[in-house]
Amino acid sequence: MFDDLRDLYQEVILDHGRKPRNFRRLEDADRTARGDNPMCGDRMELFLKLRPDGAIEDVAFQGRGCAISMASASLMTETVKGKSPAEAHMLGDRFRNLAMTGTCPDCGASLEEEMERLQPLSGVHEFPSRVKCATLAWHTLNAALDGGAKEATSE
Amino acid sequence: MNAPVQPGFDVERIRADFPILAQQHRGRPLVFLDSGASAQKPRQVIQAMVRSMEERYANVHRGAYRLSEAATADYEAARAAVARFINAADPREVIFTTNSTAAINLVAHSWGRGVLRPGQAVLVSEMEHHANLVPWHMLRDDNRGIELRICRVTDAGELDLDDLEAKLADGKVGLVAVTHMSNVLGTVTPAGRIVAMAHAKGAKVLLDGSQAAVHRRVDMQALGADFYAFTGHKLYGPTGIGVLWARLEHQERMPPFLGGGDMIASVTLEGSTWAEPPAKFEAGTPPIVEAVGLHAAIDYVSAIGMPALEAHEHTLVDHAMRRLSDVEGLTLLGRAQDRGGVFSFALDNAHPHDLATLLDRAGLAVRAGRHCAEPLHARFGLEGGTCRASFGLYTTLGEIDYLAEALTKAREFFS
Repeated sequence: MFDDLRDLYQEVILDHGRKPRNFRRLEDADRTARGDNPMCGDRMELFLKLRPDGAIEDVAFQGRGCAISMASASLMTETVKGKSPAEAHMLGDRFRNLAMTGTCPDCGASLEEEMERLQPLSGVHEFPSRVKCATLAWHTLNAALDGGAKEATSE
Repeated sequence: MNAPVQPGFDVERIRADFPILAQQHRGRPLVFLDSGASAQKPRQVIQAMVRSMEERYANVHRGAYRLSEAATADYEAARAAVARFINAADPREVIFTTNSTAAINLVAHSWGRGVLRPGQAVLVSEMEHHANLVPWHMLRDDNRGIELRICRVTDAGELDLDDLEAKLADGKVGLVAVTHMSNVLGTVTPAGRIVAMAHAKGAKVLLDGSQAAVHRRVDMQALGADFYAFTGHKLYGPTGIGVLWARLEHQERMPPFLGGGDMIASVTLEGSTWAEPPAKFEAGTPPIVEAVGLHAAIDYVSAIGMPALEAHEHTLVDHAMRRLSDVEGLTLLGRAQDRGGVFSFALDNAHPHDLATLLDRAGLAVRAGRHCAEPLHARFGLEGGTCRASFGLYTTLGEIDYLAEALTKAREFFS
């Protein structure tokens, strides 16, 4: 009945959805931000520990939400660790493009390996009502990088 | 003339009246289980609205010409039809609004601000739709000294009448504003008993009938409430029209809510005097075509007969209770004794949004989220929401079987 949904719910997504990585608080976080999807009740809190040069030393999150939003946040934390804020923003822009269109014309340019890891979420573009589930974590990351305590929504 | 509706109940013949139900979805028939959010429309309603616009349309209560007189007659005939449908004592008790939300806001703004006094309280329940909660938050926060009290809901999803009694005891409650049927739990509240308890303590009663009015016959003279709100689009009618039934004695004490044309007796540059109820509360050009559509919807369900509708729904509810209880890992929210065809549920291994995406792929349209009832979901520890299947008069036993089968397969998918 649901075989064709394996494109959206690939094993890696179900796995990260069930057992999200970096799912914890960072007590010594330099930056935190909350993400909220008021329409569906998804919530997350993101924690960043930054190196003196501003790069992301550690990143973790806590929250609740659907498999897509939890897997996206989990994959994001794995992808942005060690990245500079500029690189993290660039990944976020490309990911949003990927989630909305299913393709990523700029992806070959740099950070190829990172985008490859996020590729399993590209299937979400066929489900307009679910794109915001996939992008919530990245909106929250932007909010954390840009200042701290703001509330992000992916509405 | 509208296409005649045969007496009795034949769900396949009824389904043929609803053009949208013929749709296929990825090669599967559409199984529409979101009528609690908004119901589909029968051809009789669609045709009545087209005819109104093609043959009998002009603004109402204004022109001394044939078309305006025809439109006015149709609009007022719709009011009379609503009055008969809910057994109101007088058609003037029927105020047309845009939906239930507008009807409840009208009570909160006009009666709440014009009649309630500092020190009085409004008593709502934990199972309210936001439409019957937020307007009362706004009234409480308006620095008028009006308190808001909340009646608890039991684990079975019923109103806790002991708590209701306790919160009425000091006589300060001026209004009990509760749902007549929960849009999440399906619970039908004991409206007659609530009215008796409230009136005994000097409180008026507003019932939110958005769901109830669709599922069973509601009788204003038998219920004895003070205000009753419902909406056209859940009753197989169009969007953009709702009803506030309000006793004339209340309407007379209520200041207007919106000012403008059609609600005045006379206007000078210095001031105005108000029209008689209910026109006083219908400022501006009303939803004329929508009133015609609502009239056609009422004729449609009345021709089938509310008792027949209720019997069909009982069959569906009993069947759904059995079939959904058999789905492994499924939690049903609310197990009230008296309930209608609304089922909210959660699967143990799937988030409601993931589940709704799967069900959509199977052609099943259900709602996912908190269904405009966040506090109720918090009450049951389901902040992440639920999926909700809600039935209409066109829902079949086979569709419920298909839902149960899809839920079982969805659980396997996520395991």
